Amino acid sequence: MTLYAYFFYLISAVVIAATAIAVTRRNMVHAVVYLIVSYFGTAVLFYLFGAPLLAALEIIIYAGAIMVLFLFVVMMIRVEAPEEVMFPLRQWLPAAVFGLVYLVAAVVIILQTPGTEAPLKMLTASPRQFALYVFEHHWFSIEVISILLLLALIGALHLGKGSAKREQQ
Amino acid sequence: MIVPFGHVLLVAGIVFVLGVFCAVVRRNLIMIVLGIEIMLNAVSIAFVGAALRWHDLDGQTFVLFILAVAATEVSVGLAIIVYAFRRTGSFDPSNFNLLR
Repeated sequence: MTLYAYFFYLISAVVIAATAIAVTRRNMVHAVVYLIVSYFGTAVLFYLFGAPLLAALEIIIYAGAIMVLFLFVVMMIRVEAPEEVMFPLRQWLPAAVFGLVYLVAAVVIILQTPGTEAPLKMLTASPRQFALYVFEHHWFSIEVISILLLLALIGALHLGKGSAKREQQ
Repeated sequence: MIVPFGHVLLVAGIVFVLGVFCAVVRRNLIMIVLGIEIMLNAVSIAFVGAALRWHDLDGQTFVLFILAVAATEVSVGLAIIVYAFRRTGSFDPSNFNLLR
């Protein structure tokens, strides 16, 4: 096992552990911060798999904008009493059992499929090559996504402004 | 040589199951949206691993689109959650029973 293989297993363990802890927190701010740790681990995984631009974008957009947006909303809405009934056994046991069943099925399928023992070779797509590929083959999807972001902006603005006006009344 | 491709798929699968667990079990609207984000992240890991396996940059392209769509859906989803909180005063999804 090379150094990169050790890195992969270590970072994967960090990602899985951070996500598992984030899922079970009662405090929402703690959950979001653990999820930020998980996203940093994912960015390192992207870098290991030869996508440095995506690693940077993951940190900037996912951990840096989306999770910070979650933190803004959580801190803006002051919750007085702990509202969530946390994990009665009757509620989470079926979900955990079904999740384990799906996981075992996934493990069996992955082990049976003939192509999955092939070890990955290290290869990197530099940002320039990646950008040339995207804008050469998928330029239309980029345009559609820009329209989608405009829609999100208009929607969020409308929803936010409507409630503010109602509060003033 | 890094790792067998099956291990990458396994890691993505475990994170995806954790995301489904979060979206199904938690009774808090923000935690449900967080579960959706965890699932999107797991799918991104699988896509980038597959791009390395088959030497095709389409996997990384799709992760770019997933990033943009996740940002969109989070902003609109959180705006809806804030609006719903101002209407009903709680994050518990079982309180949104106005249609009943």
